[in-house]
Amino acid sequence: MWGSNARETHPIFFQHLLKGLTRGAKLYAVDPRFTSSAQWAELWLGLDVGTDVALAHAMAREIIAAGLHNREFVERATTGFEAFAAHVEPFTLERAAEITGVPGAAIAEVARAYARAPRAQLCWTLGITEHHNAVDNVLALINLSLLTGHVGRWGSGVNPLRGQNNVQGGGDMGALPDRLPGFQHIELPRLREKFEAAWGTPLRHERGWHLTQMFSAMERGELSALYVIGENPAQSEADGHRTERLLGGLDTLIVQDMFFTRTARIADVVLPASAGWCESEGTFTSSERRVQRVRRAKSPPGEARDDLDIIVDLARVMGHELIRGVPRPTAEDVWDELRTVSPVHRGMSYARLEANHGLHWPCWDLDHPGEPFLHARLWESPVGGPRAPFSTVDHTPPFEALEPDWPLRLTTGRRLSEFNTGVMSGVYQVPNRREETLDISPADADLYGLVEGERVRVRSRRGAVEVPVHIDPGLRGGLTFMTFHFPDDVASNLLTIDAVDPKSGTAEFKAAAIRIERLAKEPSAAPDASRSAVP
Amino acid sequence: MNPDEINEPIWKVPPPRASVMPARPPDPACQTITLQIDGRTVTVPAGTTLLQAASRLGLRIPTLCWAPTLTPINACRICVVEVEGARTLAPACARPAEAGMVVQTGSERVRLSRKLVLELLASSVALDRAPELLRLIQEYGADPERFGPSAAPADRRDARHAGHHHVGDGATAETVAQPVKVDNSLYVRDYARCVLCYKCVEACGTDAQHTFAITIAGRGFDARVSTEWDAPLPEGACVYCGNCINVCPTGALVFRTEHELREAGSWAPERQQETDTICPFCGVGCTLRVKVQDDKLVSVTSPPEVDVTGGNLCVKGRFGTSYVNG
Repeated sequence: MWGSNARETHPIFFQHLLKGLTRGAKLYAVDPRFTSSAQWAELWLGLDVGTDVALAHAMAREIIAAGLHNREFVERATTGFEAFAAHVEPFTLERAAEITGVPGAAIAEVARAYARAPRAQLCWTLGITEHHNAVDNVLALINLSLLTGHVGRWGSGVNPLRGQNNVQGGGDMGALPDRLPGFQHIELPRLREKFEAAWGTPLRHERGWHLTQMFSAMERGELSALYVIGENPAQSEADGHRTERLLGGLDTLIVQDMFFTRTARIADVVLPASAGWCESEGTFTSSERRVQRVRRAKSPPGEARDDLDIIVDLARVMGHELIRGVPRPTAEDVWDELRTVSPVHRGMSYARLEANHGLHWPCWDLDHPGEPFLHARLWESPVGGPRAPFSTVDHTPPFEALEPDWPLRLTTGRRLSEFNTGVMSGVYQVPNRREETLDISPADADLYGLVEGERVRVRSRRGAVEVPVHIDPGLRGGLTFMTFHFPDDVASNLLTIDAVDPKSGTAEFKAAAIRIERLAKEPSAAPDASRSAVP
Repeated sequence: MNPDEINEPIWKVPPPRASVMPARPPDPACQTITLQIDGRTVTVPAGTTLLQAASRLGLRIPTLCWAPTLTPINACRICVVEVEGARTLAPACARPAEAGMVVQTGSERVRLSRKLVLELLASSVALDRAPELLRLIQEYGADPERFGPSAAPADRRDARHAGHHHVGDGATAETVAQPVKVDNSLYVRDYARCVLCYKCVEACGTDAQHTFAITIAGRGFDARVSTEWDAPLPEGACVYCGNCINVCPTGALVFRTEHELREAGSWAPERQQETDTICPFCGVGCTLRVKVQDDKLVSVTSPPEVDVTGGNLCVKGRFGTSYVNG
């Protein structure tokens, strides 16, 4: 488990994992923090933030040096092995230990255990992807799976744990700059033309912008109208001051949401929407590509309307009927239309989804059971389709280096009872809720003479917030942690950096450089009395 | 594949379908066992319990502390059956089938034993929100009244130490009656309804949540479900997943919403609908069974037969979803 605190962020997934542990599976945790997930691990590799590629390369080198790579699989199903082996050769255990802060022996142990396991998975979350080199991090992990053949087989694989109920489904439906529904690339003419024929309208030939490119386009004045559905960018984006300035500078901002969010407050038009998961019909697609039915259990409050109705009406005002000949399409009508253009969803009728508690895509026809894992073609002989390439990605440290003025690393993440910017989770009263804190290591508490609960000012190059300190024994010296759950009290994202991965568009939420400024000058209380912190 | 596209990056062109269906490999063949239950022969894989073997024959054995998602704990003795040649009755939920076994699931001795268990439970515990137990009491003709009227509630059950329980007076029936514990905003513990089936302890422990916030304290009649040092929930390890509520068969653990509606006399099952939908938080895709009364969510559970959840949820799915009540 690499860069994921699934115990708190994906609790029911983690229960399955715990069951595996009681049956003899082994968990290895790679995380800068000793999290409540890492506590269950055979071994915890507490690497320095943003050194994942170096660690993965060192593991790869160790596996190759020990002759533990799957030679048969590498030869048959992959390309670029020789170049890759040469590329990782400099990443000796000693050098990797220097870069990552993880002892070489621990790297070797995990590498060998991963390579020797009959089945092994690499699971990750935003600890891998919220970096300026997010895609490179992922490619480095994919390299490990290709090296060992832990992909395309039952019980093995690379597994990004999706953080939101339907973020997988959103991508599947084409809410990506370069994809049409079913992951069909808009720049491939034969795929695009199929949609043009089905929808009776020409489509643009080039990919669009992802979120961070949209903000850059706002800065350049090329994007002046934004329609935001179910998202709170005013508080969820890195470098909050810049975000708010750009959103405020738009000619038109339309927000469709079930809450009157911070973003909605600065919008020109707000369209109140029903709660998608219990006030309307449809589907969500989970992290395991399982499409499941969502059903209406109650009526929406006040003037709130189903997202689908809003979009259908909006289209009508613009002179279009979304599904020709169907003036009031139901969620199932939309879904059935999708099934005609997205081959991987073709076999998923509502009736089948209900009968099977959901189906995994690809599900090619009505008799197909859905596929519980991908890439099985790599085990065919000869390989079905193109071989999988090794990627020679480089280790590049976080955009903001630590230096005397900015000596501490700030990384951000979630807690068990809360969710993202707190729009949904901030409503219920949960007894173990803690307010926002700057979590610091016991070593830094000593170094700066800080005590539990003491309010400090945290400053980065982009902004400053005031927040109480919480001493977390799970943090190593130099590392600090905040959530972004309570942005109305403490706007953590004023601190984070929007150094963006050019390939994915993700900002480096996980690695800002900060300093702590004392607010009060009076001498602090005895520090030892405050060390009862529960992680 | 179109030859023009073969040189495109691998992520641009949809990969071809796998020629062999990706699927779970078959389990290695295991030994089978043949035995006789209620005069009928059944063949099952080694390791099958008597309860599972009987259900293959369509025979229904009553259970209380057993659940398909939990490890058998052998606490309640409702599921006992008679194994020929054995001195004692055997708990069907946990006893593995053996070759040549001859089992009776409804003999006189079995029925008498179950009836006594039901009488002891019903004489000491409030079971009016345990419909399955009430049905069994009828079916077995159990008479909890025969131990006499209920004794006065004992005070401070939680402070009892092992072996402190006094000898009863022989004329009244001891009970576990005690006030409802209301110590947090999300759920209440009404241990006057607790039959000590251990399901909550197992769901909090190694069968699901692995938080270990509760366990059984005390011995004999003083045994009870307790937190560490009997601390209120907010001072203990509880993370409010509510998986204990999901498995409780008697209404001892209930949502605060349900408790308050019941207290106010406005809990109205006839005005409630249950709908299965999917959780709005993380990407795991847990099925939520949402109970709505008068257009308000009153409880959220998950069906145990759904393999994603096995009936379990986290605090966000079970409680954090209440935001839709406005």
